[in-house]
Amino acid sequence: MKVGIPSEIFPSELRVAATPKTVKRLQKQGFEVYIQQGAGTKANFSDKDFEEAGAKIVKTAAEIYGQSDIVLKVKEPAVEEVALMREGLVMLSYLWPAQNQELLQKLADKKVNAVAMDAIPRISRAQKMDVLSSMANIAGYRSVIEGSYHFGRFLNGQITAAGKVEPAKVLVIGAGVAGLAAIGAANSLGAIVRAFDTRKEVAEQIESMGATFLTVEIEEDGATSSGYSKEMSKEFIEAEMKLFLEQAKECDIVITTAQIPGRPAPKLWMDYHVDAMKPGSVIVDLAASTGGNCAYTKNGEIYVTPNGVTIVGKLSQLPSQASQLYGNNLCHLLDDMGKAEKWKIDMEDAVVSRAMVTYNGKINWPPAPLPVSPTAGGKAKVMPPTVEETKATADAASKKATNSMVITLSLVGAMLFLVGKYAPSDFIQHFTVFILAIFVGWQLITNVAHALHTPLMAVTNAISGIIVVGGLLQTTNDIKSPMTIIAGIAILIASINIVGGFFVTHRMLKMFKK
Amino acid sequence: MIEIAKEIQTAAYLFASILFILSLGGLSSQESAKRGVIYGIVGMIVAIVATVLGQGVEGHVYIIGAIAIASLIGIMVARKVEMTSMPQLVAILHSFVGMAAVLVGFGSYMDPETQALTGAAHMIHLVEVFIGIFIGAITFTGSIVAWGKLDGKIPSKPWAFKGLQMMNLILLSACAVLGYFFCTAHGTEGMLPLLIMTAIASYIGIVLVMAIGGGDMPVVVSMLNSYSGWAASAAGFMLGNDLLIVTGALVGSSGAILSMHMCHAMNRSFFAVIFANATASSSQGGEKKAIEGEVTALNHEEVAALLKEARSVVIVPGYGMAVAKAQYPIYEMVQVLQKAGKKVRFAIHPVAGRLPGHMNVLLAEANVPYDIVLEMDEINEDMPTTDVVMVIGANDVVNPSAQDDPASSIYGMPVIEVWKAEKVIIMKRSMAAGYSGEDNPLFYKPNSEMLYGDAKASVEKILGFLKG
Repeated sequence: MKVGIPSEIFPSELRVAATPKTVKRLQKQGFEVYIQQGAGTKANFSDKDFEEAGAKIVKTAAEIYGQSDIVLKVKEPAVEEVALMREGLVMLSYLWPAQNQELLQKLADKKVNAVAMDAIPRISRAQKMDVLSSMANIAGYRSVIEGSYHFGRFLNGQITAAGKVEPAKVLVIGAGVAGLAAIGAANSLGAIVRAFDTRKEVAEQIESMGATFLTVEIEEDGATSSGYSKEMSKEFIEAEMKLFLEQAKECDIVITTAQIPGRPAPKLWMDYHVDAMKPGSVIVDLAASTGGNCAYTKNGEIYVTPNGVTIVGKLSQLPSQASQLYGNNLCHLLDDMGKAEKWKIDMEDAVVSRAMVTYNGKINWPPAPLPVSPTAGGKAKVMPPTVEETKATADAASKKATNSMVITLSLVGAMLFLVGKYAPSDFIQHFTVFILAIFVGWQLITNVAHALHTPLMAVTNAISGIIVVGGLLQTTNDIKSPMTIIAGIAILIASINIVGGFFVTHRMLKMFKK
Repeated sequence: MIEIAKEIQTAAYLFASILFILSLGGLSSQESAKRGVIYGIVGMIVAIVATVLGQGVEGHVYIIGAIAIASLIGIMVARKVEMTSMPQLVAILHSFVGMAAVLVGFGSYMDPETQALTGAAHMIHLVEVFIGIFIGAITFTGSIVAWGKLDGKIPSKPWAFKGLQMMNLILLSACAVLGYFFCTAHGTEGMLPLLIMTAIASYIGIVLVMAIGGGDMPVVVSMLNSYSGWAASAAGFMLGNDLLIVTGALVGSSGAILSMHMCHAMNRSFFAVIFANATASSSQGGEKKAIEGEVTALNHEEVAALLKEARSVVIVPGYGMAVAKAQYPIYEMVQVLQKAGKKVRFAIHPVAGRLPGHMNVLLAEANVPYDIVLEMDEINEDMPTTDVVMVIGANDVVNPSAQDDPASSIYGMPVIEVWKAEKVIIMKRSMAAGYSGEDNPLFYKPNSEMLYGDAKASVEKILGFLKG
């Protein structure tokens, strides 16, 4: 099967849907790879690199769209590109189906089977093909680098001969993939990082990346079954705004990442927040392309407000890195669809059926909902027991324990009484020793380290060879008497046990070294 | 020969008992363990010398001869045995104690001195002989079967038939009836019931261990260890010898504690392990969880690349490592990784292997320092910050079903939470299920990769790529 990679024609699109590494991988999957001349130039991959990796270079996009079985693209195709496509072509690309109904219709008319990489459902199995995650990761990282560039001060605190430098305070709003990547990057540059999210379940993830989780004192969880957050109540938003205002006065860099699929980004950082910030502070708005989280954001622009706050509304895509990750996502999807050998468009498959937005001339959007959430559903229903309940159960348990203890002890007492009444004094003496020894053994062994259990067994084994004493007491001077023979054998095997057991324990313990 | 007074002998026995207690106490930590063995040896010498020099002991020549021969055999066996076959050695040594207990029991029964006893004392002595031989015989045959299973001479699959429990119960009551005849017989006329009982006890020992599968062996071996102690104790009662009673009780209770430890680590009750077949265990019923996802495999070069990139690595060894004798190349690999500045540690599950603490001994044999060998509870909380976990020949002890699938037969058993790490590499010979027969959803998780093949060969190949 032939896989084709055209050049991206959109001027600001620097990425390419394959890199020399993924080309090799595609070939391993059994595909023949064709790539348009100069497709990788903007992402720093030369035609020569691709050729060395085994791809064949093709001059025009028409050849790619006309002759391939599968086309890999980054940006959604323009009208003139759709015109070039042949019937039955499978195309993997960003499509934003919710915003691009017209484009879907055109693709369906052309009978192109289009997979929207941005519509891959966010379930665990599909994580490796989730382009939104892999691209968000890059954006999150880049937002910190960009923010720190415009900030013009160190991020980490330093004490130098020339004076003391306070560490910068970074606030990250929204702890999705991009937010978490930003927290990680800012934290490793030494900044003090705080993060806000309406979903309580991400608090642990935020803290694991090294940031402080900020929250408002209102009990409301923003988590939904889709994994994205829902819109919150009025009271919650008011409290949130108040919290942001306090943070605005303190923080040096604010990174906002809140986006809702298919809708304009929510406005979270209002004009009065920006006005409250210190001159020289920076806002990096990762939602700029969908309207921005900040009231002042201008998409595709970086500018300074009258009170000296820099607002970044565009980010470099790190084209080389982004192409590599995007290409890997594509390879994983092709893997999942059976590679070249067992290639199959399986509309029963949970991932393929949802991402395949046009199939056999029909539009297949929007897909059936698929509930997923990072935590197991229904967890919240289990209410923790109240203090009284806990106490009551504990009381009942201790009462029960006391009762059974009393019963056991009286049974043991009665049994010992019977033994004492009927058994001869000799036996009672031995019995006392026996019971006490059991208790001593119990106490001793409870302390033994798990790692030493094998040596312990070997040593107890050797010690239980003490039964040799029995044989010793029974031997007589008459070698022919059956008693002596039996005792002799007993001594023999018990002694093997003693000597072998101790020796092997010694050997083992010699090996334990710090 | 010199003879020592009864009082001095008692004092010597007391001294020996103290030394044995110190010996077991010494094993509580690696530092004092070697001293513990010395205490044990000295205690044993004191006990034997005091007995031989005691009043009324005859046949010194034969005694010394037997001990000398036995010492030679013991040293030869202990020198030769490989650390991977420790479980077999321990099992066969247990059978010796059981055998000796049986022999001492018969000896004591035939001893003319004990025939002279009358009344309650005579009755108690006979009961002691009977019980001592019973325990001894079970220990003897049970240990031999355990040895056979551990050594691969007997299939390690649980072997049982319907009505096995019932039959054991009937045999047990038959023993009680035989005991009645034995105790009421005059002179040595009770020999026949005693012999029949010995045969029955031997049979019970065989079927008891036959019904238990390979993975439950740690419990069985420690249980037999306990039995061998009780057998010695019973011998002490019949001979009226406190030293035997004390030592036997020490060993008996230590074995019992170990068995309980092991059962606790498998979240099963002791009786469930010993009396139920492994297949019909504590499953709570209900639908089994369907496993989602697919199994992906890597080759050795890719694993080596993953290890090169990792900052912290945890190795989880299991019985597969013991079978393949992979501990040496594994430690070599660990050293290479440590030199590259990585944090490498071992995580040991309490029931990994076929003997309590088996993995620790194997790793110690390969010179792995014990401070990087951690227990399950110590390492579980570090799992989320671990980059790569290598599971080498372990299966059930890393099965996530134990935590999230109430229908699984191992539900509730504490496990090493390897799936929380960034990446898990599972080295395995095939996709076969572990000892419990449970399918392992770990293999299907998106962050886990399989590496098929013999553990030793695989590790050596990875090592090659790491060095090259």
